[in-house]
Parts: sequence; structure tokens; C-alpha cells
Amino acid sequence: MSNTKKRIDRGSLITLCIILLIFVVTVVLENTINANSLLFTVIRKGAVYSLVAVSMNLLNGFTGLFSLGQAGFMLLGAYTYAILTIPNSVRDTIYYLFQGSSFHFSLLDIFQGALGETFGLIVAVILACICAGIVAAFFAFLIGLPVLRLKSDYLAIATLGFAEILRAIFQWEKLGKVTNGANALRGYPTFSDFNIKNSSGMIVFRLSSFVPLLLAGICIAIIVLLINSSYGRAFKAIRDDEVAAEAMGINLAKHKQLSFCISSFFAGVGGALFAMFASTVQAKTFTSAMTYEILLIVVIGGIGSISGSCLASFLYIACSEWWLRFLDNTMYIGGTQVPLLRNGFRMVVFSVIIMIVVLFFRQGIMGSRELPDLFRRKRIKEGKSDE
Amino acid sequence: MEFLTSQILSGISLGGQYALIAIGYTMVYGILRLINFAHGDVFMVAGLLMVYMSTVMPIYVSIPLMIVLTVLLGFVIERAAYKPLRSAPRMSVMISAIGVSYLLQNLALYATGGQPKTYASIPWISNTIHIFGAPTRVVTVVTPILVIILVVLLTLLINHTKIGIAMRAVSKDFETSQLMGVKINSVISATFVIGTFLAAVGSLLYFTNYPTVVPMSGALPGLKAFVAAVFGGIGSIPGAVIGAFIIGICETLIKGTDFAVFSDAFTFALLIIILVVKPTGIFGEKTTDKV
Repeated sequence: MSNTKKRIDRGSLITLCIILLIFVVTVVLENTINANSLLFTVIRKGAVYSLVAVSMNLLNGFTGLFSLGQAGFMLLGAYTYAILTIPNSVRDTIYYLFQGSSFHFSLLDIFQGALGETFGLIVAVILACICAGIVAAFFAFLIGLPVLRLKSDYLAIATLGFAEILRAIFQWEKLGKVTNGANALRGYPTFSDFNIKNSSGMIVFRLSSFVPLLLAGICIAIIVLLINSSYGRAFKAIRDDEVAAEAMGINLAKHKQLSFCISSFFAGVGGALFAMFASTVQAKTFTSAMTYEILLIVVIGGIGSISGSCLASFLYIACSEWWLRFLDNTMYIGGTQVPLLRNGFRMVVFSVIIMIVVLFFRQGIMGSRELPDLFRRKRIKEGKSDE
Repeated sequence: MEFLTSQILSGISLGGQYALIAIGYTMVYGILRLINFAHGDVFMVAGLLMVYMSTVMPIYVSIPLMIVLTVLLGFVIERAAYKPLRSAPRMSVMISAIGVSYLLQNLALYATGGQPKTYASIPWISNTIHIFGAPTRVVTVVTPILVIILVVLLTLLINHTKIGIAMRAVSKDFETSQLMGVKINSVISATFVIGTFLAAVGSLLYFTNYPTVVPMSGALPGLKAFVAAVFGGIGSIPGAVIGAFIIGICETLIKGTDFAVFSDAFTFALLIIILVVKPTGIFGEKTTDKV
């Protein structure tokens, strides 16, 4: 028994080292090579998407609830974050169409006044992220009361509908004083505000890609801990067989509601991070297409694998933002134009790849394995041959 | 009064167009227990095909050709994306449907270059007429009539032909009907062919009322038609038609008020309410869960 324990530790240790290495490499790269490189866009957006994908995986892969409301909860999170942190000094210029905002409370102002520039920023952003998550989780609780009674595809379509309703409400003119109607919110702290500047405003140390990685990493670590706890085991039992799980004394309604709220909490935090990444928030970004995109990431990574979701997010974002970019531009080889290459071709190639994964590699990259398992498997085999 | 008349008329017409899409959803769901997310996009592709073909050939050639091509597309989608997953869990098939929808949208984006395409004006049905003093297009009147004719034909097909009986058998019990010698694959293909045929006709009527087609223009009508199918009781054709008319009329009436922003949201609110109050819909059959 103690022997197995040691092995598990070794596998996790290697994974932990890899993650730490990625963190360090990101910081080093960011401060050495061109900061406008697409690599950093990929890292930032990939970090945000991996958090959202993992939160969706918690629901779809680990609890077996097929929900398509992720974009709606991200929208709630993004708006909560933006509204709470826009400095009061710029609020009226952003809400000019509605003669100023009815909301004169900015976490950023409060904490920067009390704790100083840098420290205040950190506390305000973290608090706002947590608030974003809480708002998303609260709405998830409300909508979960009726819809979690539904089965698979009905649940999917009901949550999808809920996300669409939210989008309509946030674009409503009558709420313009709070949500700025269909117009964008901006001016709140973004990732680039975390770059350390000297007194004359020059950037001396870049942290703008490290911060999203760190924030997403912490949230994902919490989800991993949750999945390995007794709650996580209950979720998996519900996924595998509801009736059997209920017979074993698991309170179905309570655990489903819990999983739904936690997933939405992290989707809300993910929305806040997305707001920081995009530097503007607009309700029309959070469409059902966004949910589908995240769902496809989860599928590519492997339903039921946290590390798969993370890997797939970075791969997906890297392909769509960076590696496949050349497909969108007309190209000449030896004076002849390569056919088909023009704007939009990238996405076509991309969706074909996704269809191939969905049809022929249903397990995705990782199946239901995790990264530590990959390092562990070899040793277990060795152990078996010893016996 | 004139305003109300024209609102109700266009509501009925919109409802009819939704009904034609909703039948495709409800039939596929009845047989495969699959929400065919790609159905709305097939509808959009039908619109785009019409746009492209009407520029190079006369209308009376392009309409039948468009319908044939759309039906072919529906057939190919079923064979390529759903058939390999027949024994897979339901969630995989649904994800595959979402993948197809994503592919069709991106293909459309590539073909159009993101530009809205102007829909061909079809002679006669886009003419303006007056009904009770309210100006409207011929298509508004034609739609409900056409829908009723098609639904009657479809009901006859399902109740009195061999393939119809096979369809009902398969939707009742997939495995038993397979054991009884029903050719599952041809029945499913026939379902998709009928569904996409109706969607193609629906797109012809729908886009006549809307000036342009964009790659996303299938997504929302598709979802609403699905809501209509759920509202009427999924698997039931008359249910889908009635649900679609109710949703179409409500949506147009709301569009005329101050709450126009919520015309789409209303549909989904209705969905959540119906799912909570009566998940089987108006005409749905009661199902029991077996352990």
C-alpha cells in the first residue's frame, strides 16, 4: 500500500514540475523575446479557455450533466468583474450614452486608496473575480432549481436557452445604467496592468502572461482537489449510474446542484479573466457559438480529463490564433497561387479536424486519463513484471 | 387594428416557416433521440444555395435544384456524421451534430467571405397584397396554406405507407423493429430526407421575408423551431406545427411592443417553463424510466 502511495506521488510530482517549468519559462520568455509575439496571446487566451473548459468538464465529464450554459455564466462573470472594477473617474465617459452609470462603487478605487497602487490592484482584481464567480454561481443555483430535474438533452437545450435569455437581458436598454446596454464596457484593469512599471511609466518586468496562467492554475488546482475529494467521487458515481448512486445514499439533487453551482462559479471567474484578456466586455461576444467552441475543446481533450482539457485549450487556441493563420492568406509557390487559401479557410480546415476527432478519435487526446497517469503507467508495468 | 392584423398575419407566416423546420427536428428526435443541431444550418445552407444558383440560372430551375441539393446534404450528413456513431452514447452523437453545425457555419463563412448575401426575390410570392387593409406579401398567405398541405401529405405518408409504418415502429422501439426486419438505415435516411426537404421549402419562404442570408442566420430559427418541437411534444408532428404557430405569433407580437429585445428570450423562457411544468409537451407521450 505504501508502495502505491509513493508511485502516485512521483507521477504527480513530475506533473507539478512541468507546470512550474511552464510558469518559469513563460516569465522568462516574456521578458526576453518580443512581447507582441502571438505566443503570448495564445498563452493568455489558452489559460482563460482552459479554466472554462475544465469547469465545463466538471459538469459534463465528471457529473454527467450535459449543460450548454457556459457562455451565459461567463457573461455574468465578465460583467460583474467589469462593473465592479471600472474606476469612477472613467465611468461616466464609458456610460455616456446613458448619461452616466447608476453604480458608483469601484473596488479598484477603494483598495488602491487604502492599500496603495500595486497591492490595491491585486486585492481588487482577486475580490472582483471571486464576486464574478459568486454571481454566476447564484444564478446557477436559481436556474438549477427547475432545470436540473431534466435529463440529458433537455437539460442541454434549457441551459442553452438560459444563456440566450441572459444575453438579451444584458442588452436591454432599460438596464443601460448598469450594463451599458449593447455597448462595450472597458477601462477596467486588464492583464497588462500587472506589468511592473518604474516611476516614469516604462515597463521593467512583464507579468501579463504569467498572471492569467497563475489565476487559471489556482482555480484548476481547486477543481482537481474537489474532484479527488469525496464530493468528486459522488459526482463520478452519479455520472456512471444515477440509480445505483442514489441507492448508495448519494443525494442526487443536492450533488447535481452543487456540481452545477461550482462549475458556474469557475465559469464566472473564467468570464472575468476573459474580460481581462479581451479588455472590452460586450454581451454579443458570449453567444452559443462560444459554448460550442468550449464543448469542442472538452471533447478534443477527452471528456473526463482535466489535463486533457487544458492541453486541448492551448492547442485549440494556438491552432486558431497562430499556427493555422497562414491558411487565411493567399500564398504563392513558384509564381502560382495556391488554391483555396483565402479568408475563412482556416476555420474550415479547423472544423474538419474537429469532425475527424469527434468521429474517429472519440477518446480525444487523453481519454479519461490525467497527465500524472502517463508518467505512472510505465512504472506500474515494471512493478507487475517484478511480481 | 391594421397594425394588429399585419402583426398576426406575419406571425402566422413566421410560425408556418418554423413549423416546416420543427418537423425535421421532431421526426429525427422521434427516431434517433438526437437533437439535430445541424438542422438549422442546413436550412441556412439551403438559403445560400438559392442565392448562388438564382444568379446563374432561371428561378424555375434553381428552386427544384436547390431542394434536391439540400436533401442530398441532409442525407450525406446523416451517413457521414451520425451513422458511424449509432452504437455510441447519445452525448457523442449530439456533439457530432454540434460539430457538423460548426463545420457548415464555417463553410458558409468561407464561401460568402462574411458578406450578407441578398436573397433572390421570387416572382409572385414576394408581391405585395392587402388583406383587411393591411399590406403584406403573398408569401404570408401562401405559407400557412402550404404548411397545411405538406403536413396533411406527411401524415398520410406516415399513417398509410410502408415506410411510414416502419418509421413509427422504429420510433416506438429501435431494437425490436430491427429484429422484426425493418431496415433501420433506410428508415433513418428517409427521415432525414423528409426533414431536410421541409427545411428547404421553409428556407424558401423564410428568406423571402428577410432580405439577406448570413452564415449565422440558421442558428436562431433552428433553435426556435426546436423549442416549438419540444413545446408541442417532441416526436409528435401536429404538436410541432401547433407549437411553431404559437411561438411564431407570440414572437411577432412581442416584436411590436417595447420589449422587442426579449422576442428571442421569450421563446427560451417558454421552453424552460414548459420543460418544468410539462416536460412531454402538449401532445407528447408519457415515457417511463426503466432501471
